Amino acid sequence: MFDSLAQMIALAQTQGQPLHAIVIAREMAQSGRDRQTVRDKMYKRLVVMRKSAEEGIARPVRSLSGISGGNAWRLWQRLQSGYQPITGPILSRAVARAMAVNEVNAGMGCIVATPTAGSAGILPGVLLTLQEAYGFSDEQLVDALFTASGVGAVIARRASISGAAGGCQAETGSAAAMAAAAAVALLGGSPHQSGQAVAITLKNMLGLVCDPVAGLVEAPCVKRNAAGAAQCFIAVDMALAGIESVIPPDEVIDAMARIGRRMDPRFKETAEGGLATTPTGLRLAETLGRSKPPEELR
Amino acid sequence: MPGKRLVSAFDIIGPIMVGPSSSHTAGAVRLGRLGRAILGAQPQRAIMGLHGSFARTGRGHGTDRALVAGLLNMSTDDPRIRNSLELARNAGMEVIFRTVDLGENAHPNSVEMILSAGQQEIRVAGASVGGGMVEIQAIDNYPISFTGEHEALLVAAKDRPGTIHAITGLFLRYRVNIAFSRVERQHRGGEAIQIFETDDQIPDELVAALADCDWVYWARHIPRLTD
Repeated sequence: MFDSLAQMIALAQTQGQPLHAIVIAREMAQSGRDRQTVRDKMYKRLVVMRKSAEEGIARPVRSLSGISGGNAWRLWQRLQSGYQPITGPILSRAVARAMAVNEVNAGMGCIVATPTAGSAGILPGVLLTLQEAYGFSDEQLVDALFTASGVGAVIARRASISGAAGGCQAETGSAAAMAAAAAVALLGGSPHQSGQAVAITLKNMLGLVCDPVAGLVEAPCVKRNAAGAAQCFIAVDMALAGIESVIPPDEVIDAMARIGRRMDPRFKETAEGGLATTPTGLRLAETLGRSKPPEELR
Repeated sequence: MPGKRLVSAFDIIGPIMVGPSSSHTAGAVRLGRLGRAILGAQPQRAIMGLHGSFARTGRGHGTDRALVAGLLNMSTDDPRIRNSLELARNAGMEVIFRTVDLGENAHPNSVEMILSAGQQEIRVAGASVGGGMVEIQAIDNYPISFTGEHEALLVAAKDRPGTIHAITGLFLRYRVNIAFSRVERQHRGGEAIQIFETDDQIPDELVAALADCDWVYWARHIPRLTD
């Protein structure tokens, strides 16, 4: 894939193509596979995403630990009951779907890592809800997934998409930035605007730590996927209004990388800091038999 | 994330997997699968050394179950992953988990696997670098860099003139194109490990022909990770 968003966007502009076309062409060249094969493979992933979102909304999913589960269903029920959500009909539903996917993930159900399992709710939450609201076709959603993957590949190359290496900014931050670029493109924005949406989203999530309670992928992960959907949509509205990020997207990605490298390991998926070491977090860890000896905790 | 690894769109949107963690579950399954392929058989005994975040949160993310699922040759979306420890016991596989320190340069999601079957024993070290992507970083004491995104042939042979020529001659005969290759050795005239990553499938006949050569200690075909 590409080494920078600037490179991707410049290529899209010179060729007069949307970002997804650039990404598909690069994937075809790298893999030696034809366009239909590549699209079919992405479509299969869309199907799994949709299924996982629907599963988590249709009924209260429970995780093995019992720490998470049922909240996507709870929110969805409220939305169906005539309640007018403060966040409006689109974000509220994206939030419900994002949480649904993550709850299915926590229950060891089948999901698509986008780019990781811990952040797997954001992209489907955003894209499936936009499809529901605006009637986009599955073909357009497949295009959007390619846009998202191109952005994610740049972040993976320049920074990281792993909580252990870069904290939650690297997982939900990356997912939200990917979703923002894809949503802008779906809604008719330019490649440049997609880039701005990446920058704005990621900037607003810098420094976010990975502090999973009991070392699981449940709390605060499920609700952080909700936050990622929200961060995505505010950036999308701004980008489409022509608002520019003060710092260009690749520089924001690089800043995320630098922050991640300097981040204390206690906040990088070790469950040794933050929410994981709150009294309640520690109690939950102990109840589940996942506590550590006291001398390792600070 | 440095290195020669080309990132595919499907590395980012993917894998399709059983949760809960792409690095600690899906990546771990893939590392286990590659370890098994490098050993060349289902392990009878596996000593799994977990390092860093893998060690600290591994149980919560099911890393132990995922690694063993890989040793049993499951894919990342196999619903049996959650039962892998029991399935391993039923298959007569002895698995021991321990915490290891692979040094501060090791990736926080690293594992050192010591796998044995019959007379074969091998040490495989690798890392789960995020999003389900993995890298095998050492076989026995040889540093290597191998991601499973290509078909691969692994050969341990006596270090002497002609070995690479013989191997590439076989590739030519079977019309297999080499994408990347690397040779590592400990000292001249000793043992050398050669890894060839290829664009095309590596046929069994090629591996068998190689294994027949008296200067080859062992040869392994590592199938591409397709999930």
